[in-house]
Amino acid sequence: MQMPTPNARIISRKPQIVDHLKALLPDGAVIHEERETKAYECDALTAYRCPPLCVVLPENTQQVAAVMRLCHAERIPVVPRGAGTSLAGGSLPTADAVVLGTARLNGVLETDYENRFIRVQAGRTNLSVTGAVEEDGFFYAPDPSSQLACAIAGNIAMNSGGAHCLKYGVTTNNLMGVTMVMADGEVVEIGGPYLDAGGLDLLGLICGSEGQLGVVTEATLRILAKPEGARPVLIGYDSNDVAGRCVSDIIKSGILPVAIEFMDRPVIRATEAFVGAGYPDCEALLIIEVEGSEAEIRDQLSRIIEIARRHDPVELRESTSEEESTAIWLGRKSAFGAMGRINDYMCLDGTIPVSELPRVLTRIEELSADYGLDVGNVFHAGDGNMHPLILFDANKPGDLEKCEALGADILRLCVDVGGCLTGEHGVGVEKRDLMGAQYSPDDLEIQLAVKDVFDPQWLLNPAKVFPLDVTEGRRT
Amino acid sequence: MIPETEEDLAEAIRAASGNLRIQGGGTRDIGQSITGEVLSTAGLAGVTLYEPGALTLVAKAGTALAEIEALLAREGQRLPFEPMDHRGLLGTSGTPTIGGVVAANVSGPRRIQVGAARDFTLGVRFVDGTGAVLKNGGRVMKNVTGYDLVKLMAGSWGTLGVMSEVSLKVGAIPETEATLIAHGLDVSQAVAALSAALGSPFDISGAGHLDGAASGGESETRIRIEGLAGSVAYRIERLREGICAGWELVEGAMSAALWQELRDVTPFHNKPGHVWRYSVKPSDAPALTGWIARERPGAEFVLDWGGGLVWALVEAGAELRPNALVLGENHISGHATLVRADEKSRAELSIFEPLARIEARITEGLFQKFDPRRILNHQRMGL
Repeated sequence: MQMPTPNARIISRKPQIVDHLKALLPDGAVIHEERETKAYECDALTAYRCPPLCVVLPENTQQVAAVMRLCHAERIPVVPRGAGTSLAGGSLPTADAVVLGTARLNGVLETDYENRFIRVQAGRTNLSVTGAVEEDGFFYAPDPSSQLACAIAGNIAMNSGGAHCLKYGVTTNNLMGVTMVMADGEVVEIGGPYLDAGGLDLLGLICGSEGQLGVVTEATLRILAKPEGARPVLIGYDSNDVAGRCVSDIIKSGILPVAIEFMDRPVIRATEAFVGAGYPDCEALLIIEVEGSEAEIRDQLSRIIEIARRHDPVELRESTSEEESTAIWLGRKSAFGAMGRINDYMCLDGTIPVSELPRVLTRIEELSADYGLDVGNVFHAGDGNMHPLILFDANKPGDLEKCEALGADILRLCVDVGGCLTGEHGVGVEKRDLMGAQYSPDDLEIQLAVKDVFDPQWLLNPAKVFPLDVTEGRRT
Repeated sequence: MIPETEEDLAEAIRAASGNLRIQGGGTRDIGQSITGEVLSTAGLAGVTLYEPGALTLVAKAGTALAEIEALLAREGQRLPFEPMDHRGLLGTSGTPTIGGVVAANVSGPRRIQVGAARDFTLGVRFVDGTGAVLKNGGRVMKNVTGYDLVKLMAGSWGTLGVMSEVSLKVGAIPETEATLIAHGLDVSQAVAALSAALGSPFDISGAGHLDGAASGGESETRIRIEGLAGSVAYRIERLREGICAGWELVEGAMSAALWQELRDVTPFHNKPGHVWRYSVKPSDAPALTGWIARERPGAEFVLDWGGGLVWALVEAGAELRPNALVLGENHISGHATLVRADEKSRAELSIFEPLARIEARITEGLFQKFDPRRILNHQRMGL
């Protein structure tokens, strides 16, 4: 993985730039000592690291605008950073870049139950948005597994999903408006506590633009009334193929579960060894959750179980209590941790048409054997969003490169069967160089042209999303 | 021009020397009146992929909406966003197409629960103003690969490119539906009741209101519940214990007809006057309708989306935009579209909401990139 050569002119002016930034921001909001900027050298994609020029932690939109005006005037690249939980390297800095952290933008600005929205500063964590409204019976639906730590700013940048988006949609379906600072420091309001756009859907364009079109400082989010209850059923099968067909039949039946999660044998075994959730030792395991009142839950679960039985499950466990529900979810929720205990891993995020599930899983198994690296699969089966976890040893020379090559092969496979490179994590630097597998040069060019409109100097997160050779002429 | 292949469509755009008026079925003639040769997508027709088990459908842009709905219905599925049929309201004829639905981001009452056309469009293929054939998104439900130009194309009214194919997420037709109706509420009472219902855990799929003039008698406030039979019965019962005590219950086909009426704003069909469409914060609806009624006595109102969508039938006249208006301490935020007007007004008034400075700059910039010659529905959106 390559990053652009940092601009020596900017690095040589670091002291002056830091002084300028300090003049714009409150005390302690500019981090520039080497030992301190180290904390910002990577995000959750830890394989790649680079300390930034410096880090700023503004507290409001005006301060962000002031930083952007300065960086624009001095032509300094800016890397916006939510909570740094990106698995795609979305907030990986370069040595000549100012990291704009949103950690201090964490306030709640307005809650409105009558109109069912909340307005927050964008650095607020995902879970604490729900935290601000749950006592009153509401919640914010998108639930990425990092929701305890991840920020709304990052959720908007990556258009994050989560386990429950089968029913509630992803960030873009729950975002109503933003306050955004443009690359030149101008502030724009897009959308608000009403539905749909009056002109072009700029909100839809900004969501998922990976911090390349502007810095979102405030967000208006749709909140929903909490369902009366929720309960899962766990179903085990002795083949991935059969589990895949069961998922398809459930979806076709018209029942809309809030989540359909899938784990394969390597992940089942790893989680059993880690947390002992009591999962059966089978080839494929489904966790299907439904919501509603007690009677509604029973009704939906009985229909799901009836469909599941037609496919001869080796195990079928319906939760009848809060404790049993927690036990069923325990393994799934610790799956990544369990895999991390075995070795380093890289988590992929390709999405495929649900109907291609069996074929893709078989092919991943073959590729895994070819490369000699183990792959576990744990993913959102209802929407085809795969999360293959490739195990490798970061300390073993050549293993990371082998892992990257296997990952690229798997993602190309996802595209070949009609899917895409990334379903919810974003492109970042991780999948940047694979964009050509999904998009033609013209398809990419029109996206670059969109960035030209918002950020003509290509200062915002410039080395991400698109292959470097494609953007070279634009990044000066 | 009615090209029959994507390549012919691209060639037609490359060869064009003046403004093109982009049309699907021509049933949604909304926007500034513009001139130019008609470029129709009606020749690009046919469903190219339908996987009921993956809830996915891919169709060429000119495919008749009715054909898609019939195909889905055979598998017990539908377009969940419930696109409205504009023909009755606008007095147009023709065959609505799926490309038109996406280009105009057309939704219906269920938008409040599940989202708009833009939320169900998974991918697009289109030809931009230079004649380049482009694609974005795909046919999977979760896709964050690159910028989301799918959202940008949805609701762009043919100004950025001409869509040749769209991929959609579809959904199951629920087992049953039912509607609760209250009679005689004023707009404030109606919006308060609808807000309370939408803030309950009972998963409301429709929340509308017809004022007395629109319903032809007493006003009607409606709440719809859909789902498995037992679940619908349960939620109806719970609502009638509280928020909807004393409301009338209508089920099955009778219920469905009520929502088709709301979706298509049937009460305004065949009545003269301008029709304005407002997207606002629901709690602003009473102040908004009150102001319109003072400005234009005799106005009739149909509300949807819990009050967040206001349809107003008014005597022809000047623009009725609430953004210039401060009601008490609150500025009404949202946007207004003059959906139906006489030709003279369509030439003189702003049809779409005028954009604030930076949004206008971005929009102009995008037009320049997607259509540098400015030949695709130029000025349709007022820019």
